[in-house]
Amino acid sequence: MVEIVKRPHVENFIRWAADKPRVVVLSADLTNSCEVAKWRDTYPDRFFSLGMAEQNLMGFAAGLAREGFEPYIHTFAVFIYRRPYDQLAMSIAYPNLPVRFMGFLPGITTPGGVTHQAIEDVSIMRATPNMTVLETGDATEVESVLDVAHSIDGPVYVRFLRGEIPRLFPKDEPMRLNHARVLRRGTELAVLSAGICTEETMRATDVLSSQGLSISHLHISTHKPFNDPQVLEAISNARYGVITMENHTIIGGLGSATAELMAEEGVGKRLIRIGLQDTYAHGASQHYLMKEYGLDAISLVRAAEKLTAQPFNITEEDLAGVRLQATHSDAKAEAL
Amino acid sequence: MTEMTGIINGKKKDNPIWKTEIQAAADSIRLRVFGHVMKNNGGYLSQACSSAELFAALYMRIMHLGPSSTPLIPHPFMGVPGPANPNFFNGGDYNGPKAPGLDRFIFSPAHYALVLYAALIEVGRLAPEGLEMFNKDGTTLEMIGAEHSPGVATTTGSLAQALSQAGGIALGRRLKGESGRVFVLMSDGEFQEGQTWEAVQALSYYKLDNVIVYADVNQQQCDGPMTDVMNIEPLTSRLESFGARVFAVDGHDIDALVEPAELAPDGRPTFVLAYTDPTRGIPLMNDRRPVLHYLRFKDGAERTRYDEAYTAMLKQDIKKRQHLRQMRLHLEAFEKLTSNGSETHG
Ligand SMILES: Cc1ncc(C[n+]2csc(CCOP(=O)(O)OP(=O)(O)O)c2C)c(N)n1
Ligand SMILES: [Mg+2]
Repeated sequence: MVEIVKRPHVENFIRWAADKPRVVVLSADLTNSCEVAKWRDTYPDRFFSLGMAEQNLMGFAAGLAREGFEPYIHTFAVFIYRRPYDQLAMSIAYPNLPVRFMGFLPGITTPGGVTHQAIEDVSIMRATPNMTVLETGDATEVESVLDVAHSIDGPVYVRFLRGEIPRLFPKDEPMRLNHARVLRRGTELAVLSAGICTEETMRATDVLSSQGLSISHLHISTHKPFNDPQVLEAISNARYGVITMENHTIIGGLGSATAELMAEEGVGKRLIRIGLQDTYAHGASQHYLMKEYGLDAISLVRAAEKLTAQPFNITEEDLAGVRLQATHSDAKAEAL
Repeated sequence: MTEMTGIINGKKKDNPIWKTEIQAAADSIRLRVFGHVMKNNGGYLSQACSSAELFAALYMRIMHLGPSSTPLIPHPFMGVPGPANPNFFNGGDYNGPKAPGLDRFIFSPAHYALVLYAALIEVGRLAPEGLEMFNKDGTTLEMIGAEHSPGVATTTGSLAQALSQAGGIALGRRLKGESGRVFVLMSDGEFQEGQTWEAVQALSYYKLDNVIVYADVNQQQCDGPMTDVMNIEPLTSRLESFGARVFAVDGHDIDALVEPAELAPDGRPTFVLAYTDPTRGIPLMNDRRPVLHYLRFKDGAERTRYDEAYTAMLKQDIKKRQHLRQMRLHLEAFEKLTSNGSETHG
């Protein structure tokens, strides 16, 4: 059973920021929802409420960064890159300012509907020059992404998880920039997953390899830069091809980055991109949406069948029990 | 439902108990939202407290809407809009047809969706059983409405995007020579976004006096009281300086809400700032101050207190309904009597 950690960011961020006086937090009326209410109460002089006004927020972050501060913007992912994109690009990314964008509720993890679902954020942020793009996939990464972001000379966008988060990776193995986690090594299939998809992917790769399929499974936490030699190695060794799985549209995210890498390196293999197939989604539970849009373990099994051209006798029941999160679990400050 | 049919389509000036009817509907909206929040073990409750009269007055008196031909029990979710989806259905149809002389309703603060659904029930546009779908997977009755949700014409859960769209609709209607007006319901948090002010600027530049905004000024947002998050006051003079006609009213006073909509247009967009109490009708909510935005029970004891408050409200509601029924009967009898009388005298 994986350990479930409740709201790791709350205390971890407070501890982490204690000896970093230039770290400031900017909030856009989602302080509780982004797990920084206690941070605000601990460091009231370093916390700034800018109200629900994201475009202006970007400008304030830029100004503070120009004056030597390190702003950590905390709001929902979707409100970071959609409405205030021009401000983000021209006020922050162009001058390469060290602003950290903590984007909560990425993809279909939000209880809100289409307006709250950040489904093309990785794509847009990857396309933004100077931007580093990270994604957290478990509690260890939520805790250690701060060090990674802090070490970068320039803006950093992070897909952040909140609430009850599984600990998939050992606490003493922190996230490393541009360094994939090799969860399984094999020679027939390469599977690359990011964010919440990794937990889902692990369910499928377990069962598939027990049926004799030799799989490499890499967890990706850096979307940009994307040139970790381990990734190329896994792809090159995979006889049948590659599957990517992301909580994001298949255009511009992990699947696209992988395709670019494969083409540039002349790796002529097949690639199946699991993710939102160029569609907006709608409001429903995460579990329901993962099933509806094929972001679940069984979809990975089907993709493996397609690439290997062999049927696996695997049903949904064979895939380890899905970890469901109650709509109003204790770990959530607010539903939204 | 049948007893409501007399007031489905807005105005009934001659009905001497219209205000009582609106108040009764507002009370029911609050109660129904409260019920669903209890069932879901949390939710957006303060929004119902503050805006119940607003919704009731808009739907029953202020707006002129035609009857809706949409199903009382909504369809399941039928996909997002796009060329490959001929089944997409716009939730604005729940507000009746788009006819030149009829008004339009643009609902902006999407997290108020449950209040809107409850209002649609009060005016017979949605069946009470339809609300069983609320916040359930695969339905359109999302917690944060989008344009497939009943009563929702535009997708505005990314707040402060509706007013500009309403401006475009109002401009289009003027170009087509339509007399119907465009009503917009907003929350006060939306006045923090720059886009709201860009919209007001354009509405007044184009003299779009066919736009009437009703704003629920409950002085609250996610993080708590707006003055602790980002001040928007003085809202009246700010809006006036942008060229708007502004009325600051008590948002629980039905007369005060109705009056501004009855004035002749004067070339300016109209803003009715409805100052409201986000705990109205459920005083227990005051224990939760300063943060009221989303109700999530701290523990079992708090949940029990809300259960009790809900039960008490239900009981009161039964009494209120009996009283209202009596009033309606008296009125009918009186009307019969007077119409008979006029016959004999004529
Ligand atoms: C552009 C945008 N930014 C942030 C949010 C998140 N959000 C949802 S409701 C809300 C508060 C807005 O204020 P208001 O509607 O007045 O809150 P209420 O009175 O309902 O508490 C915020 C910040 C959003 N929906 N859209
Ligand atoms: Mg408000």
